[in-house]
Amino acid sequence: MSQIEEVTLDGMSHLVSDRALKGETMLLNMGPQHPSTHGVLRLLLELDGETVVNAIPDIGFLHTGIEKNMEAKTYQKAEVMTDRMDYLNTTGNNLAYCLAIEKLVGLDVPERAQTLRVLLAELQRLASHLVWLGTSALDLAAMSDFMYCFREREMIMDIYELISGQRMMTTYIRPGGVWRDVPVEFETAVRELLKIMPRRIDEYESLLTKNPLFIDRTAGIGKISAEDAVNWGLTGACLRGSGVYYDIRKFAPYSGYEQYDFEVPLRTEGDVRARYLVRVAEMRQSVRIIQQALDKLPMGPVRSSNYKFVPPPRSEIGTSMEALIHHFKLWTEGFNAPAGSVYVAVESPKGEQGVFLEGNGGPKPWRIHFRNPSFDNLQALPVLAKGFLVADLVAIIGSIDIVLGDVDR
Amino acid sequence: MMNEQESKLLDILAGRFNGQVTVFAGEETLVLPVDEIAPAAQAFHDEFGFDLLSSLTTVDYGPEVDPRFHMVYRFTSIAGHLSLNVRVPVPGLSPEVPTLENVYHNANWNERESFDLFGIKFSGHSDLRRILMPQDWEGHPLRKDYPLGYEEPQFTFNYDEIDVRKPYAYRRGGK
Repeated sequence: MSQIEEVTLDGMSHLVSDRALKGETMLLNMGPQHPSTHGVLRLLLELDGETVVNAIPDIGFLHTGIEKNMEAKTYQKAEVMTDRMDYLNTTGNNLAYCLAIEKLVGLDVPERAQTLRVLLAELQRLASHLVWLGTSALDLAAMSDFMYCFREREMIMDIYELISGQRMMTTYIRPGGVWRDVPVEFETAVRELLKIMPRRIDEYESLLTKNPLFIDRTAGIGKISAEDAVNWGLTGACLRGSGVYYDIRKFAPYSGYEQYDFEVPLRTEGDVRARYLVRVAEMRQSVRIIQQALDKLPMGPVRSSNYKFVPPPRSEIGTSMEALIHHFKLWTEGFNAPAGSVYVAVESPKGEQGVFLEGNGGPKPWRIHFRNPSFDNLQALPVLAKGFLVADLVAIIGSIDIVLGDVDR
Repeated sequence: MMNEQESKLLDILAGRFNGQVTVFAGEETLVLPVDEIAPAAQAFHDEFGFDLLSSLTTVDYGPEVDPRFHMVYRFTSIAGHLSLNVRVPVPGLSPEVPTLENVYHNANWNERESFDLFGIKFSGHSDLRRILMPQDWEGHPLRKDYPLGYEEPQFTFNYDEIDVRKPYAYRRGGK
């Protein structure tokens, strides 16, 4: 930081301790442009020497009104906005949104599309965890892991480019299935990744897991008990690092997750190191799921043939009058969803990604709310950080794995 | 998913907290009156093992409908493998709901979000400030009478209908 600006406490004086008001502790702004806050997060820190007395997150810098914008678009056209929330888990957001629509209108999804969805959700989990591992290790000055993780992430991005033409904002999963079938090169590309991935995860671990410096910086830091973790709404690896067995893939399986053989890694320590170990173990499980999904990938259609909700294939439009009418109706007016509300949750790399969707009988969502894991996880930061050093705060923020697009929507 | 155990629990809860059970798309929802939500949440947490507040949000049905706002909660019992949807219609023009912050800590930010975007007041909340919008913002963006960044175009056939929703109509004291 080049200069320290004076912190104003407008409307926030009830959040700091009395000592801060008397000037006995120091108030310090961290962010919104601090590299270790993983985006545009501002933290108002109250420090006693180097110890964090209070950490008050200030969010909303990336608020783009996605929920409001989606209310003005038809169900299909609103989907592209879901990619922009958690930009490291675009397919997962699409999946949650599509599952909500499918539940609302009662739409079936063919088996091949189900398997592709699981496969892609796990690829995305791998990619998201690679970014997390790289950046959170970088925060603790472990430079080489960052390079290694992004090397493998690039392979996953290439696979996404192969199937959808886009690296990040794919919108590949659509209501009723997926956009189109994967090309023949897809299988080879994924097999290539599967072949190297277990060895590469060993490689990342060899640099960190038993590294005494890394253990010093992570073990016992940012502790939270299981009970507190649940009460603060933590989900995902943050919760499982505290020993609570809660994974939506097992709790309420979707897209056929019950058919796959995988474990949910658990640690009981509840500190930064536990969250690290859980995520690394999750990467190995993801590789297992991808392997199973690829082996069993059945042949068949990748989109529902219910043309009231799913656009008919391009080839039919030239020959079938009905297909043309459906195509026209779907892309001008959209489809109508019944009046009523549903809640669907999926396990995103960060935790429980919930979608509350309410229709009113028309072609646009009446209300859509995203229960984004980063929002609730970040909320617990003051509890995690209290009593630790400023340097530990960086490790703690890294271990929560927040994406500010996910927090602010 | 709806199952027998869940239905039975919902009937018990509905009887105790003066609520009703509605079903849509295989999801059961418990509709509670607004003065029951605080004791009900306390009981969900302490007696029925719903330890996680999964989601908390608001739905606006527009200024013509009364009750205009519905609070929508989802509680999860991790050990009991159950989820519970609760809906609370909030009557009145200045909606006020008791906070759940003391029972579920993560209600704090979620309620701030509902306050910020819908203007719901949470009585007893420790830190009811705007969270996503700037502190000096006027209005509540997710309300249905809040335009999406531009003014709605008026045509001859819907001139009056849209005119009552314009900001100046409120300043004049409504139509």
